[in-house]
Amino acid sequence: MSVVMTAHLRNAQCIGRDAIPRLEPDALAEHARAHLPGEARIVAFFGWPAAHATPDAPAAELLLVTARDQESRVELVMTTVGAEYPALAPAVVSAARFEREICEQLGIRPAGHPWLKPLRSHAPYGPGPYRLHDPALGIGADYPFFRVEGEEVHEVAVGPVHAGIIEPGHFRFQCYGERVLHLEIMLGYQHRGFERALVGGPFPRTVHQVEELAGDTTIGHALAYAQALEALGGCEVPARAHALRALALELERLAAHTGDLGALAGDVAFMPTAAYCGRLRGEFLNMTALLCGNRFGRGFVRPGGVAYDVDARMAEELRRRLDAALRDLEGPLDLFFESSSVTERLEGTGPVSLQDCEALGLVGPVARACGAARDVRHDHPTGMYRTLGCPIATAESGDVYARAMVRRIEIERSAALVRELLAALPEGSIRAECPPPAPGAVAVSMVEGWRGEIAHVALTDAHGRFERYKVVDPSFHNWPGLELALRGQQISDFPLCNKSFNLSYAGHDL
Amino acid sequence: MLDILRTRIRQGFRTAPFPPADPPLPERYRGRPIIAREACPAGCDACIERCPMEAISIREGELALDLGRCVFCGECEAACPTGAIRFSRDYRMAARRREDLVVTAEEYALARPLEESMRRLFGRSLKLRQVSAGGSGAEEADVNVLNTVVFDLARFGIQFVASPRHADGLLVTGPIPVNMRRAVELTYEAVPAPKIVIAVGASAISGGPWRGNPEVCDGVESILPVDLLIPGFPPHPLTILDGLLRLLGRIEEDGRRRP
Repeated sequence: MSVVMTAHLRNAQCIGRDAIPRLEPDALAEHARAHLPGEARIVAFFGWPAAHATPDAPAAELLLVTARDQESRVELVMTTVGAEYPALAPAVVSAARFEREICEQLGIRPAGHPWLKPLRSHAPYGPGPYRLHDPALGIGADYPFFRVEGEEVHEVAVGPVHAGIIEPGHFRFQCYGERVLHLEIMLGYQHRGFERALVGGPFPRTVHQVEELAGDTTIGHALAYAQALEALGGCEVPARAHALRALALELERLAAHTGDLGALAGDVAFMPTAAYCGRLRGEFLNMTALLCGNRFGRGFVRPGGVAYDVDARMAEELRRRLDAALRDLEGPLDLFFESSSVTERLEGTGPVSLQDCEALGLVGPVARACGAARDVRHDHPTGMYRTLGCPIATAESGDVYARAMVRRIEIERSAALVRELLAALPEGSIRAECPPPAPGAVAVSMVEGWRGEIAHVALTDAHGRFERYKVVDPSFHNWPGLELALRGQQISDFPLCNKSFNLSYAGHDL
Repeated sequence: MLDILRTRIRQGFRTAPFPPADPPLPERYRGRPIIAREACPAGCDACIERCPMEAISIREGELALDLGRCVFCGECEAACPTGAIRFSRDYRMAARRREDLVVTAEEYALARPLEESMRRLFGRSLKLRQVSAGGSGAEEADVNVLNTVVFDLARFGIQFVASPRHADGLLVTGPIPVNMRRAVELTYEAVPAPKIVIAVGASAISGGPWRGNPEVCDGVESILPVDLLIPGFPPHPLTILDGLLRLLGRIEEDGRRRP
């Protein structure tokens, strides 16, 4: 086993691109095999066309970003590859989706990849020759679904347009009777071209696109973007802004978790909790609207700080509303977790083992429900979380019940954080000037959104423009978890399992 | 069972009246913008320059703000040296035609009802199939919220159904990614005629912040005829509800509800 030097930094820090050590492609694969997933885990793995790339000699730069959670450390290592390179995926399962993305975006083939299929089904933006998808055929037409053969095996295809008011995606079940042998999820219907369009940025529209990456995570993504720009520009964000950002992030979590618990109740036909949580989610959204006028927090977080302040009167109003909402939430949640007709449906349904969770690199409440103690607020704290105590909420069974319970605990902890923040908002300004990004630099920014770790990685060129801006929504890590959770389950439990993950299609498809 | 009843009583009655006598909108809510002609100095283009969406222009010598593109960020209001553009707290914004979404110093024309024959069909019972096509999840969430006890959409005879075959129309969110285009067309074809199409949110109307990306179609109107456009980023649930009821002729000109 070789010891490889990597560049270290902390969350929301910036270093020069020349400080990133370069390995040969073979050595990178060996490095990954040696350290992943045991000691570290993948935050992002992505590429961009190398400066010297030509159609005849395609070449790309690949950057592997890993995190050592125990040490609050992020590590970077790079390689330059030609039309092919040895895939990491055979040894490191959590690299598989990242390598499908690299292949689809750049036309570079990860040789030996066991599951090389389109990820979003879009036209590549060079420089390599490999094509996973022919855009002329349309999405899905050339997607090689895994099929289980057998006389009594049947296939169920669902989507992209679903029965509810949700985003589009395609689910392909291989079933034996009611039992699901295999589920494959094909995404890409929501692809809006975010990363491609950001080369040469940031542009005036960028922050609005960031707020739409996953609309229910407006604060989370806007914060990750702001942290990346502040790191690149060397901006010192005022303490009061840090506190208000944390406040908005926790309100976003409160709204989402409350909505999710209500939706889970709806999926097991327990209507009281479904109805009450539906309303209470709105109470949290309206608290965010009190901050900035928009229920999803659009326009609140901006590079350098936040756009709106909270005065004493508003702080009091927020406290009052929080107390009222939590008081109203307690009864419906007690009912939910104490009714045997509910728990009977949740317990043992859609389990994911801790081993699978680690292999896939799952994040957020889904990972914590499997017993993986992982939370950016705790492991890689930025801003206000550096001083706030933020214990990690975990469960062990990895099933729908555990995912629900983790959300319930997090509701309580987020509420406590909001109270703590409101009780002692630091004095001072709410926004500092954010200088333009430094040239030739790289910044890694992670935020614990309500779905889990949001990672933005920005690399600037010699003029301080984005040469590459990579976004990893927690959904990117977690979709394979849902596929695995369905193995051996009843197909009729799919809506329940799906809701217990509640992943973003737009956040995955970018 | 007793616990369920006790909890039910504690929750109380939560359905909000509509149209609301006093809309529960926060102070900082940015609703329909208002342009004051007399305050707008000739030759100034501060707002036009600042708008990240290219939503503001000079048309026939007058300032015009296209709500179909607007993301309600308030940058124009901040940029204006004379206060000629300001965001009001009026949540009513839906229009029937794309050109009606352009705010000028003249009075804003809200959506007119469907013609009589369509109104007779849908006025008391409208079934919609929601299709998200590049929607971020926020638009979908604030459409979904109309089904909660707070807005109780079903009391107006409007329901979301699971199949386009059961629907009278589509409610579309998102800019329509190229990858969703065929699915949206097929869903539209599956709805029996006569049918309506409703576009909700800046992205569905114009492509929003994604406008011009080759990966998207720049909104619903680029592939389907649209009967109602509801601006916002995303629109407030009240904006959506107001638009739906206006389309069905359930709200009088003066804002009162028709029985």
